[in-house]
Amino acid sequence: MLTLDQATYDAIVAHAKRDHPDEACGIVAGPEGSDRPERMIEMVNAAGSPTFYEFDSTELLALYKEMWARDEEPVIVYHSHTATEAYPSRTDIGLASEPGAHYVLVSTREHGNSEGPVEFRSYRIVDGEVTEEEVRVVPELPQSQSRSAS
Amino acid sequence: MAIEVRIPTILRTYTGGEKAVTGEGATLAALLDDLEGNHPGIKERLVENKGGGVDLRRFVNVYVNDEDVRFIGGLEAELADGDQVVVLPAVAGG
Repeated sequence: MLTLDQATYDAIVAHAKRDHPDEACGIVAGPEGSDRPERMIEMVNAAGSPTFYEFDSTELLALYKEMWARDEEPVIVYHSHTATEAYPSRTDIGLASEPGAHYVLVSTREHGNSEGPVEFRSYRIVDGEVTEEEVRVVPELPQSQSRSAS
Repeated sequence: MAIEVRIPTILRTYTGGEKAVTGEGATLAALLDDLEGNHPGIKERLVENKGGGVDLRRFVNVYVNDEDVRFIGGLEAELADGDQVVVLPAVAGG
């Protein structure tokens, strides 16, 4: 199950709507091993395409170096589908390389840039196998043990 | 001649879970051969046969001292003692 806070959920949806009809993409980082999506980072879709997304290679390195420096990992990897359902495409499955991450798919096919509901679904993708999971949106993430202790 | 290589999560099955390993080689190609000797199977995940030769896989990024090797000679990129190599799979999809 993916648990995320309402503000992060809203920000992912807003990003997807803003970039429609191109695919939007980004990650939500969190402390290593915590499974807490705490810090959203919108990425530029270097492919600038309605059917493909790719992080720019230089920005990808900068992103990972920042996460390593902060002892973080990608908790959510998200992108949008703008004409199809919020289910991983064959390409998504083939290229998925973060077995520990929640892969979030948002479909903007129904309302595009406008107000209105979107499909927001989450998956684990490990060794080419896709498993959908429940998405739970909470007002705020519960306090983390490590955080209150530090 | 020691070169530190940062290994992404998905390839740590080849390094016994290690986040970073050391290798040697005067070029990236030589370094990958050296890594393959200690971590069999890893090279195949990084390179593929292309047009009669061998090249980096399209969706694997390799950086030498923060430079994407595609801009500094690809597999022929020259390495020196103390260089830092980072391997990162592309974050991409359709």
